[in-house]
Amino acid sequence: MLAEFGFGVLLISFITTIYSGVAAFYGAQNKSGSLVESARRAQLLTFPLLSISAGVLIYMLVNSHFNVAFVYEVTSKSMPTYLKVTAWWGGQAGSLMFWAWLLAAFTSAVTLRKWDRDIEFLPWVIIVSAVTLTFFIGMNLFFENPFTRFWQINGQVIPSMFSPAAGAELFTPQDGNGLNPLLRHPGMVIHPPMLYLGFVSFVVPYAFAIAALITGRTDDRWTRITRRWTLWAWLFLSLGLVLGGRWAYDVLGWGGYWGWDPVEIAAFMPWLTGTAFLHSVMIQEKRGMLKQWNMVLIILTYALVIFGTFLTRSGVLSSVHAFANSPIGPFFMGYVALTLIVSVALLIKRWPELRGETEMKSLLSREALFLFNNLLFMGILIVCFWGVISPLASELFTNTKITVGPPYYERATGPLFAGLLFLMAVAPLSAWGHSTVQTLGKALWKSAAVAAVVTVLSAIFYTQNGYALLGFFLIALVISATTHEFWRGTNARMHVQKENFFTAIGRLMGRNKRRYGGYIIHISMALMAIGILGIEIFQMETQGTIASGESLDLADYRVEYRELASWDDRGAAVNYTRSVVDIYENGIYIGQLYPRIDYYYDSQQNMTIPGQHATLKDDLYILLVDWQPVSSEGATFKVYVNPLVNWLWIGSFTFLFGLIFAAWPDKDPADEPVRRKVSAGSRQTSAAD
Amino acid sequence: MRTKKLLITNTWFLAIALVLVLTGLFYQTASAQDTAPTDDEVNAIAKQLFCPVCENTPLDVCPTEACRQWRELIRQMLAEGKTEQEIKDYFVANYGARVLSEPPRTGFNWLVYLVPPVLILAGAFALFNAFKEWTKPKSAEAGSGQGEEAGSSSDEDDYIQRLEEELKNRK
Repeated sequence: MLAEFGFGVLLISFITTIYSGVAAFYGAQNKSGSLVESARRAQLLTFPLLSISAGVLIYMLVNSHFNVAFVYEVTSKSMPTYLKVTAWWGGQAGSLMFWAWLLAAFTSAVTLRKWDRDIEFLPWVIIVSAVTLTFFIGMNLFFENPFTRFWQINGQVIPSMFSPAAGAELFTPQDGNGLNPLLRHPGMVIHPPMLYLGFVSFVVPYAFAIAALITGRTDDRWTRITRRWTLWAWLFLSLGLVLGGRWAYDVLGWGGYWGWDPVEIAAFMPWLTGTAFLHSVMIQEKRGMLKQWNMVLIILTYALVIFGTFLTRSGVLSSVHAFANSPIGPFFMGYVALTLIVSVALLIKRWPELRGETEMKSLLSREALFLFNNLLFMGILIVCFWGVISPLASELFTNTKITVGPPYYERATGPLFAGLLFLMAVAPLSAWGHSTVQTLGKALWKSAAVAAVVTVLSAIFYTQNGYALLGFFLIALVISATTHEFWRGTNARMHVQKENFFTAIGRLMGRNKRRYGGYIIHISMALMAIGILGIEIFQMETQGTIASGESLDLADYRVEYRELASWDDRGAAVNYTRSVVDIYENGIYIGQLYPRIDYYYDSQQNMTIPGQHATLKDDLYILLVDWQPVSSEGATFKVYVNPLVNWLWIGSFTFLFGLIFAAWPDKDPADEPVRRKVSAGSRQTSAAD
Repeated sequence: MRTKKLLITNTWFLAIALVLVLTGLFYQTASAQDTAPTDDEVNAIAKQLFCPVCENTPLDVCPTEACRQWRELIRQMLAEGKTEQEIKDYFVANYGARVLSEPPRTGFNWLVYLVPPVLILAGAFALFNAFKEWTKPKSAEAGSGQGEEAGSSSDEDDYIQRLEEELKNRK
């Protein structure tokens, strides 16, 4: 009964969404305000409808309605309640529904904004949202129905929404399959929502871009409206990526956080175009240039968001043939192709109107350096895209499977990332419009000197590895150049406004949130680069089987095996095998670690939890690989030393702070529209000049 | 693009580090005759191979039973005195090119390596041409870049502008 109700509500939300799109379309065609208003209300209705449907699903998950196939797949009686709730996005059908629900939330929020002067965008924003939402709800209704139930007929169990044949009876298994233990980690509980939030919120700027293309209102109005949306989208996507990395580091048990797996890259690609977009959109706002390019970027981002979901959801990665057989694969592909074609067609139609208002004057101007930044981001995107696609192409055309693994990506993206670091140091110092080697050199030489000193010190005390030193130089350059920018502004305020240091820096940053938030993000990227460089270049590992009292040595560390215990947690249906090891650094005892393996009876899967000793210098990371029943006979440990890796997490926190700072609304909301009006006005006069 | 091979060194560095660690271990066990290859020696090779059955999992960290057996196979082959290359060749011959972390540079696979640099260079070329087009002097300059900036930006930037000027005057 409940399942039918949930399904019914889902169906109604589907119809409502279609109605909102169609009504908006006719409203726009016939300039009927009331039709558009009706469409808007229908659009607003989709969110509560989907919430009810999702509520039903969650209710069934929490109360173990194993009669429903999805509930059976992702939960079991022994799971704690919070995991039963988050199991919602732990499987295919549920996560597609989660996607749709988030999208409905975001698009509803957008339609609630004050539209006053932008009313002509409204129907088209509704249409783009409705099309996307229709697609995802449709996936749920027709292919991946989370309400499908088990039916029994003639001793056979068949999953089906409604009775498959006369005489079939509902079948309810005793217990569920249980969520994949890897997905029970807190990181995995938060990671998918963040990633999906990022994905979904990029639909908003895309919808406005399409609205701008259709209405022909191709000035920078759409970028101004969506500026904060884009920042939040970027925030969520970035957080999703970082949390995914942390999760991998903590539970996947291979000593790293990023393996250039196609699934990771699927989420990374929209981040790349999104980041390029965030930068180049500034050129449009400041200089009225690159309107065409920004359109390309936001269209690409949307396509990659859908494509990324497709890559991870269609099974295409395991085999091209599996994809062809999966019901949703071809549909996804078709949808990506269709939206891409329509978007590009619209873009071509408006191409001449999107010409720049001003000309590029200097190769070293801020806008020119931003373009180089875009080139590098696109380069990384090409490497990633091709790395994911070529194994599929190989399987399709030559019928041989190939792996494109980390060496390919590292070799190809390394120099591009280095280039990005360099631009991160230089570009903020260059002026809009015009810069010369002299002005840039003058602004940069002090920072370059600091960076050179850091490099020499690293060479003396840390490493002679040339690539590491180049990396350290660039990182130091970014940090010192950016810090110098903070100092220059603060210093000026201290003298002009006669403020003390703290007031000066507070007001400086508070009045230029986007700029200084951006600088904090640049610094955070440099900090993250320290961690990445550390683990990429300096990671060490060893593995060995040792008896109790014996030890393994790696770098400055000694790992001495003490004991091992194994026990069942009946309630949670987990078996824990926990080892105890003593850690010595340079011969000095520094503590104990407990690498362990958790075995989940319901899903019959292992989870390897490393013992970690984290410092700013490095991470000692110990995995229990294997063990003998009697501890004196020994256990096998794999030990990693990951130098500097914790800077990656420090950088992530800095990043979060910088982004929230940049996206934080200004104190007085009444200020905002006025300023926008003023700047929009001045843009027009400057364009008219 | 200046340093095309930046991260190749990672592998090299790891290889060297491992060799160092391994030689250390080797000397420790040398007295007892090199009976069985160490886990590190096995992993050094397994690291370069991918699990033939799972998706995108390097063999040295793959937790499945099948992979455990493959690692044992590497150990056996090492004990038999096989070289690293021989072992890799054996795996390719038996499980196909997909066990390599990068496809061999032959035939169709060349596309894997050639497409990205060609596209990136094309992008750079297009950008360079666009720059040439943009920077072509078309009309008299409408004033210095600075003046224009003040005209087209919001008051946030006027503020920065004032700061900049103030800084200039002080020097």
